[in-house]
Amino acid sequence: MFGIIRTIWMTFLHLFHKNETVQYPEQKPYLSPRYRGRIVLTRDPSGEERCVACNLCAAACPVDCISLQKGERDGRWYPEFFQINFSRCIFCGFCEEACPTYAIQLTPDFEMAEYVRQNLVYEKEDLLISGPGKVPDYSFYNVSGLAIPGKGKGEAEHELAPVDTHSLMP
Amino acid sequence: MSIPLAIYGLVAVCAAAMVITRTIAVHALVYMVATLLALACVFDTLGAPFAAALEVIVYAGAIMVLFVFVVMMVNLGRPDQEREKSWLTVGTWIVPALLALILLCTLLFGASHVTADPMPMAAGGPIGPQAVGLRLYGPYLLTVELSSFLLLAGLVSAFHIGRRIGERQE
Amino acid sequence: MWYVLVILVTVFGVLGVAALSTMLERRLLGFFQDRPGPNRVGPFGLLQVVADAIKMLFKHDWIPPFADKTIFVLAPIIGFLCVLLSFAVIPVTANWSVAGDLNVGLLFVFGMMGMAVYSVVLGGWSSNNKFALLGGMRAAAQMISYEVFMGLALMGVIMTTGSFALNDIVAAQSHCWFIIPQFLGAIIFLMAGIAETHRLPFDLPEGENELGAGFHTEYSGMKFGMFFLAEYAGVALISCLITTLYLGGWQGPLLPPVVWFVLKAGFLICFFILLRAALPRPRYDQLMAFGWKVLLPLSLLNTVVTGAILLLRASA
Repeated sequence: MFGIIRTIWMTFLHLFHKNETVQYPEQKPYLSPRYRGRIVLTRDPSGEERCVACNLCAAACPVDCISLQKGERDGRWYPEFFQINFSRCIFCGFCEEACPTYAIQLTPDFEMAEYVRQNLVYEKEDLLISGPGKVPDYSFYNVSGLAIPGKGKGEAEHELAPVDTHSLMP
Repeated sequence: MSIPLAIYGLVAVCAAAMVITRTIAVHALVYMVATLLALACVFDTLGAPFAAALEVIVYAGAIMVLFVFVVMMVNLGRPDQEREKSWLTVGTWIVPALLALILLCTLLFGASHVTADPMPMAAGGPIGPQAVGLRLYGPYLLTVELSSFLLLAGLVSAFHIGRRIGERQE
Repeated sequence: MWYVLVILVTVFGVLGVAALSTMLERRLLGFFQDRPGPNRVGPFGLLQVVADAIKMLFKHDWIPPFADKTIFVLAPIIGFLCVLLSFAVIPVTANWSVAGDLNVGLLFVFGMMGMAVYSVVLGGWSSNNKFALLGGMRAAAQMISYEVFMGLALMGVIMTTGSFALNDIVAAQSHCWFIIPQFLGAIIFLMAGIAETHRLPFDLPEGENELGAGFHTEYSGMKFGMFFLAEYAGVALISCLITTLYLGGWQGPLLPPVVWFVLKAGFLICFFILLRAALPRPRYDQLMAFGWKVLLPLSLLNTVVTGAILLLRASA
């Protein structure tokens, strides 16, 4: 009996508490930089696409919403097409973890509602951004041993020249 | 005989006829409620508002609800409707109708020989609740006491039926 | 002419109050739960009422093919009419009521409440749906039971006043509101009133989490809207009744009588909403046991004690 009256009184006092609501469209909520929202494809500092079309993101995706096709240009791999079906995506971030080149990244943006379901399939043009995203200085080809035009074997950062197996020198 | 009174009486008779001829039990009960409401109106026009109110509260509002409740519980379906229809043949209702006709004749005969004022409304205006109460606890005290015994018996038996079985085991 | 005006104002006032209290309820529930509630449409979200009404009118008014059509349509009408008719005997002020001096006014209200049971029961039955049927059966038992306690709780007031006319009852409270001598009766009446309008926390006939939506599971469009409006008009009716019976009706110092009546009734509507926000729903057997094992003896005790005191005072 006393409990009921106390409950009613406590509920009444909530009339004078501050509202917790964020008035969303006018007042944006704070989203942390690590928020897992819309997926983007980033570029390395020199402006080239980071994605090397290794398909690891597509393999890691639990809902199979990523599909891409490998192409090759000047010894560099790149995706011929890269689609993410956002009507299936669950924003788990596994693709970001799987990516060896920091190409695919999740951003703090969730405002992607569409009237037509088909519009939720984002193509590469929709996904690519012009900057390097969360990892500004990283460029995959600068640290990998792969030879590309303008950079031979052993010329990457922190890389020794390739061992000359015909030499007897240690 | 005033015009409203005639209308109420006509409504009551028509609704009562509908009660008998309906094959779906709930429809019959709805017409029954209409009959009782019309009767309450008749009481009110005759100058007994208290009786009218009781008619609505007790008969239309409580007892008929219990009827509906029971009909809902027993789950009548299409076969029951067919059976009801088969009972509405002339052979079934002719004898009760004849017997009722005899009663009607005697009633009409009696009514035509009544010399007293058929409208008690004329004698001292409408009968209020206070007058009814004084009557009940005056000349009709014994009846009130008897019905209170009946109610007490009902209460005790309801309590007996509604007791928790197996409470002793706890 | 005055009479027609009174009737029109009463009917449209009740409809307006019922519609507004849907908005008020959502707003207040929001505040009780530390959120603003609907505040988008119009100033303070007031036009939300209009938006809801338009939505409800344009919804597909569907009658299930397995339903009993006549009674399916009849049920919400019964409920709505009964509540509206009950307002006829509520005296807003001494000379503003449709039939405030009816000598069986209170009994009339009770009769109409008894008829309102049919709307729920028949609605549940005609839907031909298990959940609706269960809701209807719960409603039948609950509303009949609580009408008993409601009537018994009122006996104290009626004995003190010696009249069923609501005008007389208000007039008898010119010195002392009946809530002070009849406190127990007022509390019982309040509880029974909540159960009678099947409002939360006693909304077992609807019981969203176990019965879908109870008796109005199959209803949509304006027929559902009528159930909805009838429920809120019922809340307003119980508030007006408590105001009239226990809080001295239109009487009060300084302000005009209408303002006092509206203030008291509005306060009670807000209190009903507070109860909804604060209290959880009991189990059905708990509700019935509470009624018959607690409220019935208490209301009988209230009647007996009031009668004894009145007799002692009369003989002294």
